[in-house]
Amino acid sequence: MNGPRRFPEAAREALGDSQLRANLRRATHTIRDRRAAVVAEIGEWEALREAGRAIKEATMRHLDVHLEALERSVTDRGGVVHWARDAAEANATVARLVHEAGAREVVKVKSLATDEIGLNDALAAEGITAHETDLAELIVQLAHDTPSHILVPAIHRNRAEIAALFRRTLPGAQGVSDEPAALAEAARRFLRERFLGARVGVSGANFAVAQTGTVCVVESEGNGRMCTTLPEVLITVMGIEKVIPSLADLGVMLQLLPRSSTGERMNPYTSLWTGVAPDDGPQAFHLVLLDNGRTDVLADATGRQALHCIRCSACLNVCPVYERTGGHAYGDTYPGPIGAILAPQLHGMRGPTTSLPWASTLCGACADVCPVGIDIPGVLIHLRGRVVAQAARGDVPAGERLGMEAMARVFSSRRRYEAAQRLARAGARPLARGGRIEHRLPGPLAGWTMSRDLPAPPAQTFREWWRAR
Amino acid sequence: MRVALFITCLADTLFPEVGRATVTVLERLGHEVVFPEEQTCCGQMHANTGYRAESVPLVRRFARAFEGAGADAIVCPSGSCTAMVRDQYAGLAAASGDAGLEASVTALVPRVFELSQFLVGELGVEDVGAAFPHRVTYHPTCHSLRLLRVGDAPLRLLRAVRGIDLVELGEAEACCGFGGTFAVKNADTSTAMLTDKLQHVLATGAEVCTAADSSCLMHLGGGLSRRRAGVRTMHLAEILAAT
Repeated sequence: MNGPRRFPEAAREALGDSQLRANLRRATHTIRDRRAAVVAEIGEWEALREAGRAIKEATMRHLDVHLEALERSVTDRGGVVHWARDAAEANATVARLVHEAGAREVVKVKSLATDEIGLNDALAAEGITAHETDLAELIVQLAHDTPSHILVPAIHRNRAEIAALFRRTLPGAQGVSDEPAALAEAARRFLRERFLGARVGVSGANFAVAQTGTVCVVESEGNGRMCTTLPEVLITVMGIEKVIPSLADLGVMLQLLPRSSTGERMNPYTSLWTGVAPDDGPQAFHLVLLDNGRTDVLADATGRQALHCIRCSACLNVCPVYERTGGHAYGDTYPGPIGAILAPQLHGMRGPTTSLPWASTLCGACADVCPVGIDIPGVLIHLRGRVVAQAARGDVPAGERLGMEAMARVFSSRRRYEAAQRLARAGARPLARGGRIEHRLPGPLAGWTMSRDLPAPPAQTFREWWRAR
Repeated sequence: MRVALFITCLADTLFPEVGRATVTVLERLGHEVVFPEEQTCCGQMHANTGYRAESVPLVRRFARAFEGAGADAIVCPSGSCTAMVRDQYAGLAAASGDAGLEASVTALVPRVFELSQFLVGELGVEDVGAAFPHRVTYHPTCHSLRLLRVGDAPLRLLRAVRGIDLVELGEAEACCGFGGTFAVKNADTSTAMLTDKLQHVLATGAEVCTAADSSCLMHLGGGLSRRRAGVRTMHLAEILAAT
């Protein structure tokens, strides 16, 4: 993705881009307002959320059983199931299947799982061209960019930027205006040729029903449906956490997802397919079940809530940190609050993504909108604890640890605490003017004093006043 | 009622006027107020930054300090420190493996209230007899709003203040960008959020921006002071104590 950068450094760059911030603010506020309005229409929304949460929790507890049931159902209906431990296995499986179909090109439905494993690059290395067909994914692909939002991958671009890109990269689109309809028409003409020529389609999955072997993809443009119906061979790559037990569970999820994600009562296209049917749609169906770190996440009783996510992106749209920094600052397929708890766990709590649990003020807006009730702030705090506990990896500055330990010692004794209060008062005296400290201070307070004054400790603490009254 | 004060380390050290105002309000309503002097800090900074092990002794210290106070209620002029106790203490005590600590936390937690929650929700009081003839805007802090669910309790109290000109804050429920150590660890993002929040505060034309948490107010006040904005921050308790 964006190279090994920790969040604070990556965020600084995004914060300096005022166009990006304006684009993000406009887009996230529009979706969040729409979501709030359609959620308010449903009186029993909280009960529905609780149902969604309960389904996810119960499924995760017996994930192995549900996955084996899914494999049986898919196989019984003429599909083929492939298990992939990691990205390399999944990519190799897809490449082999494309080669076996005798194809050099594939059309793709927008898919986070295939983005997570870097499928497009892996296929390119095998001489296979993958065409993204979701409009926003196409924009990202044409710009050699990476998605910055789970649902709206090109949210960081406005239509003037997109028009310029189309004029430069799409054949026959040199004169296209920046009207949304004109941009959509230019993309449609380009994509239609891809659809008609493709023999292999690649999709992700929003849900897969264990009981029936039915795979479900929801989308807004219909391009996904073209990918899942026109080609001879369909390959679906899905994270193992996407399985749900029954069609009744799908009924709950399909009420929660569109309202939470696009702010619509129902999404325009919901595609369901079950194995293969003679003379109808693809004649070969392959389901790649991707682990890629998920069973390790499952082992953490608190952290596993991150696997409940149904990728609606409501948490991104309300997050004040995401709104300012954008998705690229998170350096992973999964940005925003959900990314801050999912990405570090999928990467085994190693590397720069371990800075993500701190990329939050714990304001809790994400937890309030999550349609399956994930306690994102609770998981953030839990993961912060895990990173701090796994000492000696450089994830936490040594100075911070020493400071925290020293503070804990001070607070553990009333005598030391009161002495520290007196010391702070004496130490601040030469710096303070008119009750405030305006200097830019070094050390741990540098971050604070870059934009804020500090109050100087007053002549009397509360407890001194209390004793004297 | 016998009320034990839980004055946060921040208020104790940097904003003693918030503690004094809390005493004033509670005594004016006829309650006996005590301050267990063994209390220091609730441990929120440690727990929320990931230093769980370091926060457990502070949970124990809190429990010991308030156990013997013989109070009917423990009242705190901070949404986030109250939320720390109500939201995290049980889990920290359980994880510590200390059954005694777990038992005392279980007994204490339901009696810990944030000030506005205590006044409106527990005592059923909205008019505390305050007068404050100034233009004021109220920022609902995130932990009051989403962890404690204090709802409009602070606004009910403010509306009953004589002479107050209460003006609505734009995008009031957006986080101010403080977030404890977030303000230091992600200083650039925190500053961007602060800048937006202060624009809304300044747009109200208020003389005073109030909230029920000294930590968020220290952040907002620090930004206003750096800008020489001429707008003051005051804790809700200070307005309620004014006559």
